[in-house]
Amino acid sequence: MTSDVAALIEAAGDGIDFDGLIVEDTAYGYRFETPDISKRGIDTSELAALADGDPYVANWRYWAETVGGHGTARRAFLRWLEGADAAATGDDAERGDNVEEVDDAGRDASAEREDAERDDAGEDASVDARERLAALRDDGRVRTWGELRIRVRLTDAGGERVYDVRHRDDAAADPRDLDTYRDPGAAHDLVKYDDRGRYRPLSTAPSLPHGWRFVELDGDALVDTVDFVYPATIANWHREREGALDVTHWRETAARQTGIYDLVSDLPTEALAWAAEACCVDGQCLKRRAWDHDADTELDVPRGDGEFPCREPCSLFVAAAREFTKLEDEPEDTYEVTLSESDIEGLGDLVDAVAEDRVDEVREADLDDGANRYRVRYLRAKRGHDLGIDP
Amino acid sequence: MQALVIAAHGSHLNPGSSEPTFAHAETIRATGAFDEVREAFWKEEPSFREVLRTLEAEEVYVVPLFVSEGYFTERVIPRELRLEGWDVADWESDGTDADHATLTAADVEKTVHYCGPVGTHDAMGDVIVERARSITEGRELTDFGLAVVGHGTERNENSAKAIHYHADRLRRSGLFAEVRAVFMDEEPEVDDVATLFGTDDVVVVPLFVADGFHTREDIPEDMGLTDDYRQGYDVPAAVEGVRIWYAGAVGTEPLVADVILERAADAGADVADAIAAVRERTRSGPEATIEAATGRSR
Repeated sequence: MTSDVAALIEAAGDGIDFDGLIVEDTAYGYRFETPDISKRGIDTSELAALADGDPYVANWRYWAETVGGHGTARRAFLRWLEGADAAATGDDAERGDNVEEVDDAGRDASAEREDAERDDAGEDASVDARERLAALRDDGRVRTWGELRIRVRLTDAGGERVYDVRHRDDAAADPRDLDTYRDPGAAHDLVKYDDRGRYRPLSTAPSLPHGWRFVELDGDALVDTVDFVYPATIANWHREREGALDVTHWRETAARQTGIYDLVSDLPTEALAWAAEACCVDGQCLKRRAWDHDADTELDVPRGDGEFPCREPCSLFVAAAREFTKLEDEPEDTYEVTLSESDIEGLGDLVDAVAEDRVDEVREADLDDGANRYRVRYLRAKRGHDLGIDP
Repeated sequence: MQALVIAAHGSHLNPGSSEPTFAHAETIRATGAFDEVREAFWKEEPSFREVLRTLEAEEVYVVPLFVSEGYFTERVIPRELRLEGWDVADWESDGTDADHATLTAADVEKTVHYCGPVGTHDAMGDVIVERARSITEGRELTDFGLAVVGHGTERNENSAKAIHYHADRLRRSGLFAEVRAVFMDEEPEVDDVATLFGTDDVVVVPLFVADGFHTREDIPEDMGLTDDYRQGYDVPAAVEGVRIWYAGAVGTEPLVADVILERAADAGADVADAIAAVRERTRSGPEATIEAATGRSR
């Protein structure tokens, strides 16, 4: 690999204007500008002397060569992580991605949401390159992605970055209490089960296990790690930012199903809304629902506040919809069951406890709670026959 | 740049279903033959629907980790990948010899080389041999009967074709004393495996992608290895005077990574060095391929 200086001189012919660094090859010699230095009319050796060890040159080199990939989701994500993205103009760094030009009005709503949650609160995406690089050098910058907490720091040498990832709840955890990983390939096994050892068939369910961290990742390894934890979220997030998210609404998804899922087209629109409320709200999935019944028929269900969009009903939703469709297809009847007011309340507690996944939190001797095991067993003993529950 | 996508079924219920997919992907990733290697699933993530957009490479080789040609390889995967103009006739297959088709996908600007499934590639025969060899701990396989187990025709006629195809080739290879195709839901049934062979030892290899309900529970119980799969079984286990060496799903065999690479190579991927490296890493014994034994190759 050539040195920063050699690479800079080679690129100077086309001009550089990136993260506070301006280099031009003019008829009167080179122009070299950073937030700290401004020189014009200098020759190659003077340029080389200025560029050697300059943090803005090292930063430019990192993005130009280590990361590269202009226009890719990977690059956009890495830029976003350190607040170097310009949502208004996309990742057009080489066309003048000067952070000073970015104002609040140009930032998208999700970036603002994220800023509010950032550990290094108080900073704004429009901080100039000097502050941004200083922050990266000191404590690094932190952003959350679903339940992930991602920190980026500058290494001691030049513009290279290192990235660390852990569960956001483990932000303040003692590293000695966390299992440490360096290989992104470990991530898919790690997130396969929740803290209680239950299989997680939906990667974006808010049940990411705790107690681990990935350290010293480079940019590619960071993106690979995020892709294992939350597959395809970066790609779809990027498409959305570029105004190119291809949303597939339920009607189209249902229509192309075959085999055992052929029947989901029969799910009534009203039931589709119940299904989305059951499966897609933030408490169940961290993706932000971008699809509806069809482009003209919105579902009156919260879409969620997630950073990354859900562009189409997922396979788990389709599988659930198959069951809901069968339920909706059943004839309804009127049953007569004698219950007390407390019985009804208790059944409400029970349904609520299952729906909110708090059954395990009901204390053994808390008989006041309708979802208490003894309460439910009592109900079954007394009313099981009337309720059609086999003891 | 070239990328590999391993397309597998996955499961909402069984966490083990996708394990072989991740394991083979990791083996291939380590060879460095592809700039990107990605797992994709019908039931897990990334979905077939969204996997292509996660890749930066413009040339993508998609290899289905399925045992036979049929509903998933012919309809579901091409549909979900949005392969434009896909026609199953592009594979020019009679049910077991799909090769590859080069297509574009509607949502990305990439060339997609859609390959036939892992299960019907000739190299899968080598994996069956490798599996038999590892479970029998290096004994002389020419003393053994080999039962290749398939699901049967219940869902897909090509499923049985794939089993017969490998059984016929393995029989011709002479590597085993006897070779038979047996099935879960058609004759000859896996239940009778102990009575079908003239040998004292029979190695039983299910042509399944992953271990699950069928390979862990049904087949061991059907064969009489155990009354209750939860209590486990011995390898070998004596059934009606025959020693049954039950191998479990062949798809978990590390050498399957080689078959995935072969599929991509057949479609034009530049992976010759990787194939050599994977064979070196995943083969237990001396090479005794079916090609070497029969002197023929497709």
